[in-house]
Amino acid sequence: MTALLKGETGDWEMVIGLEVHAQVLTKSKLFSGASAEFGGAPNTHVSPVDAGMPGMLPVINKECVKKAVMTGLGLNAKINNVSVFERKNYFYPDLPQGYQISQYQHPIVGEGSIEIDLPDGSVKVVGIERLHLEQDAGKSLHDQHPQKSYVDLNRSGNPLMEIVSKPDMRSPEEAGAYVTKLRAIVRYLGTCDGNMDEGSMRCDVNVSVRKPGAELGTRCEIKNVNSVRFVQQAIEFEARRQIEIIEGGGVIKQETRLFDTSNGTTRSMRSKEDAHDYRYFPDPDLLPLTVEDGFIEDIRKTMPELPDAKKQRFMDEYGLSHQDASVLIGERERGDFFEKVAKGHDAKLASNWVLSELLGALHKAEKDLKDSPVTAEQLGELIGLIEDDTISGRIAKEVFAEMFGTGKNAGDIVEARGLKQVTDTGEIEKIVDAVLAENPDKIEQYKGGKDKLFGFFVGQVMKKSGGKANPGMVNDLLKKKLEA
Amino acid sequence: MSIDKETVGKIARLARIKVTEDDKEVLAGELTNILTMIEELNAVDTKGVEPMTSVVQMQLHERADEVTDGGIPEKILKNAPEETAGFFVVPKVVE
Repeated sequence: MTALLKGETGDWEMVIGLEVHAQVLTKSKLFSGASAEFGGAPNTHVSPVDAGMPGMLPVINKECVKKAVMTGLGLNAKINNVSVFERKNYFYPDLPQGYQISQYQHPIVGEGSIEIDLPDGSVKVVGIERLHLEQDAGKSLHDQHPQKSYVDLNRSGNPLMEIVSKPDMRSPEEAGAYVTKLRAIVRYLGTCDGNMDEGSMRCDVNVSVRKPGAELGTRCEIKNVNSVRFVQQAIEFEARRQIEIIEGGGVIKQETRLFDTSNGTTRSMRSKEDAHDYRYFPDPDLLPLTVEDGFIEDIRKTMPELPDAKKQRFMDEYGLSHQDASVLIGERERGDFFEKVAKGHDAKLASNWVLSELLGALHKAEKDLKDSPVTAEQLGELIGLIEDDTISGRIAKEVFAEMFGTGKNAGDIVEARGLKQVTDTGEIEKIVDAVLAENPDKIEQYKGGKDKLFGFFVGQVMKKSGGKANPGMVNDLLKKKLEA
Repeated sequence: MSIDKETVGKIARLARIKVTEDDKEVLAGELTNILTMIEELNAVDTKGVEPMTSVVQMQLHERADEVTDGGIPEKILKNAPEETAGFFVVPKVVE
């Protein structure tokens, strides 16, 4: 799915790589016992370690190591038995230590790959370069005072996994699909909550352009892009900007840029030349991190079924299309919900009802699946009523609307409102006869060749029956009588 | 390896340390001496020798994932140059 951009001098190809920062889902920080929870009154989730007080020593949170390894396994990546924490030195007020503890030459996780699902139904493999553990910085607020910045260190020291892709993506859609899949994987694993609004997943996007097949161009890095949609917008804009410069005879300067969400453009961060001289060196406060093979294997055993395996199983076991399976596995809860609905029922019917009716209604009501007024068991019951011909699909939609509004069971609603499908031939025949008797002119026209009127008759019968007549039987009876 | 005045100035700037022109000259000499001394280590053949990270055989210390610290904003802010509503207040820094 390589999307080429048209320029004045011909087609251009985008080359995209992503660095995703995912906060490890833990109670406490990477190297201190302060809370890692989002929010909180300023500077209340801060220990002397996070504040960079002299003499404080970092002690690693075992859970972070475990979850980084688990995520690495989820990315089909090599886990390194020995990795090293280094200091990345730079000056900024929300970094009280004066350095970020990160991993540089020896990350905990090496090369891997994931599959991404593209809108046209195809699948592409994107390489993973590495995953390493590092500390988050605090937060600066620049808009509270004309001459001052305010600093809150609650985020300082939070555990992050930086996941670096290979420059394997060729379009904004692929980048979007990559972030979506990565988010699904960490959420399935429970290693990151994937909450992009609260910043527990943030993306840095690397973009360059080239003529198809040519050498790689110079790239620009767009920092801190915080939604799938913004990632795509930023890439689109940045690629066009670079093409314009090159076609205008200019040269791309490697630099860091910011994405402006208000107008969808990127702009240079005007960093000083020295800003990237980080002077990495091994942190003398921390010994190398060793993870034994046994530890890795124990984690492997506790891994849940991952999105791609689940997608394949949904296609094999339930006979679902790739498209439907892809949507159902997008969230772990959604897949689980579908399986509960499908239990003992027709899987395709269950998939249709979850995908179009339930998810549609939830979207309209701005609710999450976990807050659904209709439970999986209730939806299963409704589908059961369709399957055994108690109600028609059309009536089922009505019943569903009431279930969604009131939380009542399908059977109770059908009972209370007398919605049971009429399957008694005699009764349907009576209605059919009545409709035919009312429309002798239409019968003439029908017999004269206006076939389309058949639908009119069906509609009239259904209406007269209050939607309760079995549509198949209505069809048969009408056909018999009209052709007679 | 020889360190010149310009390099001293760059290192000082990155470390946010103010160094006068006169001192730069002196420091350049001292740093060059230190590096020259350390360079003597290059004479040792270390092929096939694992880097030693500790003088005693130790494992990296680990802790359980529990909240055991924090909730002390007044202590954390105690040596802040200025504070407002629980925040550190510093001269404006915008990139």
